[in-house]
Amino acid sequence: MEVSVTVNGTVRSADVEPRTLLAHFLRDDLGLTGTNIGCDTSSCGACTVLVDGRSAKSCTLLAVQADGSDVTTIEGLAGDDGLHPMQQAFHECHALQCGYCTPGMVMAAVSLVDEYEDLDAAGVREGLEGNLCRCTGYQNIVKAVLAASE
Amino acid sequence: MIPAAVDYLRVESAEAAVAALGEHGDEAKLLAGGQSLIPLMRLRLATPTVLVDVGRATGLSGISVGGDTVSIGALTTHSSLEHSAELAAACPLLAHVASVVGDPAVRHRGTLGGSLAHADPASDLPAAVLALGGTLVVSGPGGSREIAATDFFTGFLESDLAADEVLTEVRVPVSTGGWSYQKFNRRAQDWAIVGAMVAEGGAGVALVNMASTPIRASSVEAALAGGASAADAAAGAADSTEPPTDNQADGPYRQHLARVLTRRALEAAGA
Amino acid sequence: MTDTLDTRTLDEASPFTGGIVGQARLRKEDPALLTGESRFIDDLVLPGALWIACVRSPHAHARITSIDSSAALAADGVVAVYSGADLEGDWAGPLPCAWPVTDDMKNPAHLPVAVGKANYAGDIVAVVVASSRYAAADGVEGVVVDYEPLEAVVDIEDAASDRVVIHEDCGTNVSYDWALVPDPDAVDAAFADAVHHVTETYVHQRLIPAPMEPRGVAAVPSPHNGDMVLYSSTQIPHVLKVMAALTLGMPEQKLRVIAPSVGGGFGCKLNVYAEELICMALANRHGGAVRWTESRTEAATSTIQGRAQRQTIELAADADGKLTAVRATLLADMGAYLQLVAPGVPLLGAFLYHGLYDVPAYAFTCRSVFTNLTPTDAYRGAGRPEATYAIERAMDALAIAVGVGPDEIRSRNFIPTEKFPYDSPAGLIFDSGNYQPTLDRAKELVDWDGRRAEQAERRAAGSTTQLGLGISSYVEMCGLAPSRTLAALNYGAGGWESATVRILPTCKVQVVTGSTPHGQGHETSWSMIVADQLGVDPDDVEVLHSDTAISPLGMDTYGSRSLSVGGTALWMATEKVIDKARTIAAHMMEASAEDLEFSGGVFSVKGSPDREVPLAGVAFGAFTAHDLPDGMEPNLEAQVTWDPGNFVFPFGTHIAVVEVDEETGAVELVDYAAVDDCGNQINPMIVEGQLHGGIVQGVAQALWEEAIYDEDGQLRAANLADYLVPSAAECIDMKLDHTVTPSTSNPMGVKGIGEAGTIASTPAVMNAVVDALRPHGITDIVMPASPMRVRRAIEMAGGGAS
Repeated sequence: MEVSVTVNGTVRSADVEPRTLLAHFLRDDLGLTGTNIGCDTSSCGACTVLVDGRSAKSCTLLAVQADGSDVTTIEGLAGDDGLHPMQQAFHECHALQCGYCTPGMVMAAVSLVDEYEDLDAAGVREGLEGNLCRCTGYQNIVKAVLAASE
Repeated sequence: MIPAAVDYLRVESAEAAVAALGEHGDEAKLLAGGQSLIPLMRLRLATPTVLVDVGRATGLSGISVGGDTVSIGALTTHSSLEHSAELAAACPLLAHVASVVGDPAVRHRGTLGGSLAHADPASDLPAAVLALGGTLVVSGPGGSREIAATDFFTGFLESDLAADEVLTEVRVPVSTGGWSYQKFNRRAQDWAIVGAMVAEGGAGVALVNMASTPIRASSVEAALAGGASAADAAAGAADSTEPPTDNQADGPYRQHLARVLTRRALEAAGA
Repeated sequence: MTDTLDTRTLDEASPFTGGIVGQARLRKEDPALLTGESRFIDDLVLPGALWIACVRSPHAHARITSIDSSAALAADGVVAVYSGADLEGDWAGPLPCAWPVTDDMKNPAHLPVAVGKANYAGDIVAVVVASSRYAAADGVEGVVVDYEPLEAVVDIEDAASDRVVIHEDCGTNVSYDWALVPDPDAVDAAFADAVHHVTETYVHQRLIPAPMEPRGVAAVPSPHNGDMVLYSSTQIPHVLKVMAALTLGMPEQKLRVIAPSVGGGFGCKLNVYAEELICMALANRHGGAVRWTESRTEAATSTIQGRAQRQTIELAADADGKLTAVRATLLADMGAYLQLVAPGVPLLGAFLYHGLYDVPAYAFTCRSVFTNLTPTDAYRGAGRPEATYAIERAMDALAIAVGVGPDEIRSRNFIPTEKFPYDSPAGLIFDSGNYQPTLDRAKELVDWDGRRAEQAERRAAGSTTQLGLGISSYVEMCGLAPSRTLAALNYGAGGWESATVRILPTCKVQVVTGSTPHGQGHETSWSMIVADQLGVDPDDVEVLHSDTAISPLGMDTYGSRSLSVGGTALWMATEKVIDKARTIAAHMMEASAEDLEFSGGVFSVKGSPDREVPLAGVAFGAFTAHDLPDGMEPNLEAQVTWDPGNFVFPFGTHIAVVEVDEETGAVELVDYAAVDDCGNQINPMIVEGQLHGGIVQGVAQALWEEAIYDEDGQLRAANLADYLVPSAAECIDMKLDHTVTPSTSNPMGVKGIGEAGTIASTPAVMNAVVDALRPHGITDIVMPASPMRVRRAIEMAGGGAS
């Protein structure tokens, strides 16, 4: 069925099977492969994007459910003036290694900082509970999110 | 993994959802936030042939406090419950429990109605509504009816909801007495291994993941009503329970946790 | 407390004088990864590619009696279905095991698609080929396989008993016995004379490596030209090229292997997998691209797992607790088949069961067996975490027996600094070490004395939240490896590494490395090394890797080898380029090469600073070739393949502080200090990052992760909801510090650091858990120390009334 989603500011339409996951729609239909898939159970958060401004796991959402929504992926974060402050903070704090969890982690962090005021380290750790990283041990991720939230 | 092929219908109202469910029978499944259903579909543990997406139906979300009752639309997200100042004032237990469900992304999409209708004994919100003595309002072909939370959960992932009924609203009493939720798990994002919920200073005590449904710890409530101390009352928290066994806990350990967590919850609630 | 134990990242004698190496330089890799530009395997766009999905045995051990694919073939988009029998003729040989550790090692044939019998739940029994990933997944549902289930061998002791023999042609479940006992009489004598004799038995649970990116493969053939490009999310494109060509009987020169961006490996992508061969075979059959992306569930059941050993370690010591002998015995689970280097994993630990202690007598024996479980192989640390765990847990037991603290027992036994290079009782030569400062500093970082006092207070007060402190001092051998040493261990390849440094006409630099990064930041570190040597900007150095057409020579990345072996090759190649440039510069200045010095990217004549030629001038001169010395080739390029003469031996001390909730059994990590020494540090930011991640991975073994199997051999933790990879919410900030003791095994004085955190942290945490529980008489908790296990141990000890 026809789905129309505003992705990174542009209306994108495609004819998809109803079972198509939003993550596959973004990756396979729109070619936005920055959104990664890391699990089958909504556990890892690698596929996190913003739907109408809030983090959502795009592997736990059908494309048809996002019809008419506003979706931001990692590709939509950096602007003409360079990296988004959260991306920049991840870079400066060495908050990524292999980078596979990174797009989802960054999107989750952007949403977290927007949603919760006055985050401290414990709040960042709790807030990122649904995003798994195997490389960094999280220490520098927490540092980056705190830096970007200031 | 990838869900099996499925047809999709978007409905704009509860009535339309009821009609669609009636038309498609048992093979249809109601889709709200999808945070429980879609993972099951990806693992092909759920293979409905029709999804009836009620997610955008009008008039089914929002929180309102009237008199001594809080009315919450079934499509209200966990995140909305978590951030509602009105709910925090009228029923802080429910607002808090919503804030510890899953992770933020799950809370942005998951709905109160969806969580209750899924009827997972390991979920947080069903036990909260149970502890609060809530009421569930459902619409069916014959109109709407009310079901007490104590009657709603009938088995593992089973409820009193008929195949062609839609949960539309959840009502809980205004409850500002002492409360606590002691959720015990190994990772923050995980379901509770056991959870103990205390509402209204101990008038309502419910347990998560101690049976095939969320349960009221009625012996604890009775002991407290009879003047027992928190510690003494909590000692009966696991009486006559038959908790499940899984990777994280066997029955006896769950029973032990239920006693410890209930005591801690009662103490935190000032019972 | 001083701010930093050692403010240096480089020893004064390090060869780096350019001011770049040793700095915390931000990574070049980041912008592409942070913006979604990087291309992981599933991101590749391959028009017309067919997708495969694997039909996997649900049984751990079963005969395949029939396969009916008619329903699958009728499904939309399904192109073909192949059974093991259909594809048997496509293989020139079974999947490779490159490490036959003994001449009589049993190695059952492991075909990419099983024929006749499935030997673990997850073994591939048929393959569906379809037009899309969705259609392929649907096709799997339509393949009906009849099985005759057989009894599954799950427990390794049971496996060793041969009660049920899995591979009939082997006649036994024992794959091999291997021993390292240089002087049996000395060991016997030491134990006969011992005042203290400690015997401990430990279990290493099975672990799932779980890089965040599952595996994936795409085979793109050119049917008429006869060549093929194999894309794989692998750590080892070079090794894979050789092995895949041999297994498929394909001319090696026709195969190009590319590892695109790889989302972590931790050892599990150091292998040759069935799906790689299947995609290649089917690409040939169908004359077009064939691809596969692993699901997380498949990653759990069908990618290799790690650890899975049972250990007995015995310590003999004199009255003062000074060790006189160590004897270790191992029973290791290979799983259903031997994967690429699986038999060698216990051997990588075999030399280290005496840890960093000066021990005169040593014995190690190992038996490895088959079970009906997922094959095991190298997982971050591979053998060395197991060895370190055994000796570090046992040292705490010895401390109790002797009646001294865990810190004191270690200090009494550390190899003295003056003994380096140290001839180890297992036959190694430890390059360099200075152990005591790392212990002292780690104690300082966690306020050891203060915490001990707090622990005593809590115990006295009968608190239900008890404190535990655990030390783990470690040394590990990495930088795999001297080829002759590998030969002595029967390994099927060498341990060298290759690098090419090419100065382009515009004085920009191309570096080609045989190392294959998958998160370690080689592009940043390698460019820093070369820039430091050449006096150019690191941003002007491009590092090429992970494609066998661009980087034809390589042995890839594992065993903390990239820097000490691959980096050394790079350093040497750069020196070689400088030497050539010096000859050209001398010719240009009509001076003698010996009279030139090279600094800051400029050649100048000693004593005549006005006579100088910048490297850029030399580079352009080499390009134009208008006036080169007679006989000199017109390029500014050098290639070096380096075979190390020895391993490197990083070391350090980690201390964990845990709180145990005695009522629930929950263990919480509350403080963690790590003081490590990896010699000279190229980029201390990257060193710290490797330690952070490594430590958490080791802590996860202690507290959370376990591939739980039931008695039928079914994995009960086959996804990330049930397999407990920790999140940020479970982890804490770690306190890191370091010392710098350069290696003498390579000219850069560097040692590996990729596995050190994982090696050190597991015993630190478990020693802390046991320390907290010691008043109950508890001496061990099976890993992971789950709340239920801890609580049960307390109850069994008669404590903590409900």
